[in-house]
Amino acid sequence: MKRTPLYDEHVRLHARMVEYAGYEMPLQYTSIKEEHHAVRNRAGVFDVSHMGEIHIQGSEATDLLDHIFTNRVRAMTAQEIQYGFLTNEKGGVVDDLLVYKVNDEFYLLVVNAANKDKDFAWIKEKNNFDATVIDKTDSYAEIALQGPKAEEILQTYTETDLSAIRFFTFAEFEIADKSFLVSRTGYTGEDGFEIYGENDDVKMLFSRLLAENEKLLPAGLGCRDTLRFEAGLPLYGHEIDADITPLEAGYGFAVDLRKERFLGQDVLIRQKEAGLQRKVVGLELLDKGILREGYDVYHEDERIGRTLSGYLSPTLEKPLATAIVPMKNAKKGTIVTVKVRKRMLQARVRNKMFYRRKKS
Amino acid sequence: MKTPKDLRYTQTHEWVKVEDGHAYIGITDYAQDQLGEIVFIELPEESDDLEKGEEFAAIESVKAASDVMAPVSGVVNAVNEALEDSPELLNEDPYENWIVKVELEDESELEGLMSAEEYENMSKE
Repeated sequence: MKRTPLYDEHVRLHARMVEYAGYEMPLQYTSIKEEHHAVRNRAGVFDVSHMGEIHIQGSEATDLLDHIFTNRVRAMTAQEIQYGFLTNEKGGVVDDLLVYKVNDEFYLLVVNAANKDKDFAWIKEKNNFDATVIDKTDSYAEIALQGPKAEEILQTYTETDLSAIRFFTFAEFEIADKSFLVSRTGYTGEDGFEIYGENDDVKMLFSRLLAENEKLLPAGLGCRDTLRFEAGLPLYGHEIDADITPLEAGYGFAVDLRKERFLGQDVLIRQKEAGLQRKVVGLELLDKGILREGYDVYHEDERIGRTLSGYLSPTLEKPLATAIVPMKNAKKGTIVTVKVRKRMLQARVRNKMFYRRKKS
Repeated sequence: MKTPKDLRYTQTHEWVKVEDGHAYIGITDYAQDQLGEIVFIELPEESDDLEKGEEFAAIESVKAASDVMAPVSGVVNAVNEALEDSPELLNEDPYENWIVKVELEDESELEGLMSAEEYENMSKE
């Protein structure tokens, strides 16, 4: 199993380690709930060095990316970031990812750890352009500093004015006298930064941040999932996968159907014109219990869909889930039944963005 | 990790305590620690039939749902209803807070269960 450069830090912090995408990663340090609340109310720092990094470089780097990626690559300016999808010919999702534009001939792609090898092979296969695709995963360590206090904490380590780094942009500058690439992005529904750098530098920053900031907790993969779930952010293999299109999943904002052409675009255009047949919705359980992924969803005795993720939401303190259901049952307020082991429990359809942070 | 000497244990991390022909069943300290914060328990009902090796309750931690398996067969005499409102009791003291009390159907089923020492050795691996 692979270890990230922060492995020794996790052991020192007594993390409970689990296997995730071939890496030994911290599930939690103290408790998922405590770390979850720390990120919502103050700040938490995650080791996300397992994420995959891919460079696309060359005179036709933009053309290659435009061909495989659903969002408006050609509209990007340097230092901008876009969220979007690699889609297959059927409009299903190969992966969701962030694209960082360094310049017209250089992009950094940050992809899911579990999909990295698949993505790399996929992009190479589609590369009929004057572009080079390089797997740089092992060259990057990455931490995510997330929460309402993230900016205040990080600002004490750098001369660069962090308030100038807008949401979904990045910059390269020194923190604690070392060079990092810093983006105002995250996977928690809170403000925060994702910070990329050399292994030793990231390790130094991670341990200094924790040692010198009482408000900051180390946060594991356990709360990373509860946080993204509450914020309506998808996890590959759950809300999106090879069989659920980005439109069905409700992320049409990251799909430019009007651009020249990308893989699967024709299918998505037809899907939109014909009207979606099904949709990913939120569910709130009305009976006692907890919803998890993979439970069958019924409407008046007919099986109509299944749950995709589910938790007792730490912030809302309600049992919530995402589910894919036919459009005719997707209206907010619709009452459905979910089979939880042997019991049939009532749930109500609601917006899957369960939590929205208050703008400060 | 606590493992009281007077209980019998299963490979699936349940414990059994026998008193006057009745068996109290719960989960071990190791189990509660592995599960993390327990947030909900789906309990059986009184007079339900438990079958050795079959699941009879579900414990939900923040992360996931886990089945609780019956270490012995028998009819449920009592359910620890305090767990309905305070599932965290299983984290706080997993041996004081039993889940169900069962009327033992076949005492010989107890013989197949592990001693505290055997269970500790297994959990260490």
